[in-house]
Amino acid sequence: MIGSAVIVFRETLEAALIMGIIAAATRGVPARNRWLILGVGIGIVGSLIVASLTGRIADLAEGTGQELFNAVVLGIAVAMLAWHNIWMTRHGVELARAAKQLGSDVVSGTREMSALGIVIALAILREGSETVLFLYGMLAGGEQSIGSVLVGGALGLGGGVLAGFGLYAGFLRIPVKWFFSVTSGLILLLAASMSSQAAKFLVQADVLPSLGSPIWDTSSLLSNNTSLASLLHAFIGYEATPAGIQVAFYATALILILVGMRLSRLRPATLPLTQ
Amino acid sequence: MKLLLVVCLLFPVSLWAAEGDFTVTIKDHRFDPAEVRIPADKKIKLLISNLDATPEEFESHDLNREKVITPNGKVTIFIGPLKPGRYLFFGEFHQDTAQGAVIVE
Repeated sequence: MIGSAVIVFRETLEAALIMGIIAAATRGVPARNRWLILGVGIGIVGSLIVASLTGRIADLAEGTGQELFNAVVLGIAVAMLAWHNIWMTRHGVELARAAKQLGSDVVSGTREMSALGIVIALAILREGSETVLFLYGMLAGGEQSIGSVLVGGALGLGGGVLAGFGLYAGFLRIPVKWFFSVTSGLILLLAASMSSQAAKFLVQADVLPSLGSPIWDTSSLLSNNTSLASLLHAFIGYEATPAGIQVAFYATALILILVGMRLSRLRPATLPLTQ
Repeated sequence: MKLLLVVCLLFPVSLWAAEGDFTVTIKDHRFDPAEVRIPADKKIKLLISNLDATPEEFESHDLNREKVITPNGKVTIFIGPLKPGRYLFFGEFHQDTAQGAVIVE
């Protein structure tokens, strides 16, 4: 029971932390909760579908379909996060101003929430499908009773959700002055970390060269096995032994999004009148 | 019929495993062989087939790899080029028994 709780917790944690960051970043956006719930719902249904198709996905592209699938899912999430940050830089101020006049911001709120709803759905889909497979295996293996597997799974899931909520509650305590910078900074790092993960999968599938495997090794400082490392992995994409190309992807995503944010701040902002 | 099925199942494997490929099987939640010896500074293809009726996740912090393998499924994982050394891997879903290492020499 404890074993399955720990594994489900580990798989849930990353998606829960991503959700915590996004929920905080969209504080005050109208209809936010509806989009969050929709994202979670689609993610859960999606993870059941992906779990049932895992074998077929894996067999694609000479046994590297899983990596390509993960890389595409991560790539879409990166694009959505990047768009959110660039868009928010331009419209954040107006959005805050307009929030006082009810109605005018509903359209823009819907737009930016749909992008983040997709990110949540994709995060749950990726981590959730592995959890579904694991629990299915525990049940099919018959090593443990159904009750013990389900209780363990529920405990792990509950723990992960609790961590996400804890993070969200913590973010809400950040003073308003820094709030926007902190959340957009975290989303920026999340996007960079996801693009580094996408690069890792493409190296594993032999689509990209590794450019040094690893390019450096900080295992002696902070090993990947520690819980601090997994937390840092979820937030900023820490890895003790990254491939060179992962670092390149990370830096490129970081720079491109920052440049996009800077450019959109320079140009006069105009709110779209029609959808 | 059964024989035909077995032959069909074996056939793609023999085509698939080219020279320079390294095969590991998972059975009873253990890796066989538990130690894979590969040459240094070369990219190699690790073929893992899961003979168990339960899924497994091949994971390695040292190699920076993770991949789910379905019941009776086969996957390809590219690793390297690596420096000589011992790189541990494990099956995340059955960590108490599924332990192994890639030895680069």
